Amino acid sequence: MITIDDVSKSYPIRHGTVSVLRHANMRIGRGEKVGILGRNGAGKSTIIRLISGAEQPTSGKVRRDMTVSWPLAFGGAFQASLTGLDNLRFICRIYGTQAEDKIAFVQEFSELGRYLREPVRSYSSGMRARLAFAISMVVEFDCFLIDEIVAVGDARFHQKCHIELFEKRSDRAMIIVSHDPGYIRAHCERAVVLWNGELHDFQSTDEAYAFYDETSRG
Amino acid sequence: MNQLESDLRSWAIQRRVIGALLMREILTRYGRHNIGFLWLFVEPMLFTLGVTALWTASKAVHGSNLPIVAFAITGYSSVLLWRNMPSRCIGAIEPNLSLMYHRHVKVIDIFVSRLLLEAGGATVSFVALAIFFSFVGWIKPPEDLLKIVYGWTMLAWFGASLAVLLGALSQQWELVEKLWHPTAYLLFPLSGAAFMVDALPKQAQDLVLLLPMVHGVELIREGYFGSAFRAHYDMSYMALCCLVLTVCALAQVRLIARTVVPE
Repeated sequence: MITIDDVSKSYPIRHGTVSVLRHANMRIGRGEKVGILGRNGAGKSTIIRLISGAEQPTSGKVRRDMTVSWPLAFGGAFQASLTGLDNLRFICRIYGTQAEDKIAFVQEFSELGRYLREPVRSYSSGMRARLAFAISMVVEFDCFLIDEIVAVGDARFHQKCHIELFEKRSDRAMIIVSHDPGYIRAHCERAVVLWNGELHDFQSTDEAYAFYDETSRG
Repeated sequence: MNQLESDLRSWAIQRRVIGALLMREILTRYGRHNIGFLWLFVEPMLFTLGVTALWTASKAVHGSNLPIVAFAITGYSSVLLWRNMPSRCIGAIEPNLSLMYHRHVKVIDIFVSRLLLEAGGATVSFVALAIFFSFVGWIKPPEDLLKIVYGWTMLAWFGASLAVLLGALSQQWELVEKLWHPTAYLLFPLSGAAFMVDALPKQAQDLVLLLPMVHGVELIREGYFGSAFRAHYDMSYMALCCLVLTVCALAQVRLIARTVVPE
């Protein structure tokens, strides 16, 4: 279970502070798939980071009673000056797992071949995305945080990601941020909408989308 | 889960993260080209050797008849120890922001890994040079090894606490970085590396002994050739300074850790 208890987050800006999230409450149980909807700048990535623990709330508490991934996105969380292989080793060390038996999987899945031993900064964005996804699948978590992970690479790679994440790990909890309504509908049972710094919790994705469409129009 | 168990688990995670950051630091700083991470020791050694050569050539006036090589090695190595740690910690968070996506990676881990690397490099450089020059007979072996270890450890503590404080402050105020360079430069001649306190007039002694690192350098020199001169130091004063710096440093880290936003 992940519990978001009365969480607020604000950031300092040049003049005063901007409040991104106010008194948000939310619970995610084991195996639940929850979508997060909101317009650009509504705080979707902020709430993902708060859940992951990469950022601390200004007030309120986030409790994690299951293991939670870092925010999986196509990019970020890596060191561009290191090689793909060094990044894999770094992640494995941090999360306390062996890297050596995972190299083959990452090499095969990311289709990087010998580029795995070149610095990440020399990769194309597609290569980075493939590496990021492959490394993300190396550590096992009870809950995966997925930030805009769709629509990268060709259809075949897309399909491979789908199998790894949604078929092999269908028993895990997932929190998914996406602009694509079809994607959220296909993978989530329910969704929350971030609007004006408030978190609106809905029991079904249809209700969430109805509210989202309404607020987007206004 | 009881408190002890959870503390032990946190400690294990912390150790893992610092180990991973150490490896990463070594790879990004030195890479796998030519002598790789050996630069960690070779760079400070080159510095010390250069200064030793300069001081020997110019017959630097240090107010005593102590052997100049021993004087330069004890002095300049200690400068490298306390001065490089702050330089490495100032602005250390920025290039590591993408790693802060991982919950276990904390601001303090980034500082600790850099401090370990810097202290390790300076220590190996000092020890290697001391052994080498003793071996070729340019300097005598130290008189009291324990005093040297004591003085060195205190200097490392001073450097580390100053480094974490300045590193954490620099995240909030860019000014720290700008001011550190001239300050470090001006502090060098005052730090006790280039003179013996005993050779100064009484008034100057009192002023110079306000600087904590002077006490550490004097103790190291007493350990090295204590019978040849009179050392001036007050280790409890130095410890008090380090303690105050440490408390301020940890408080400032706590403050900024809440505000750091991953890239």
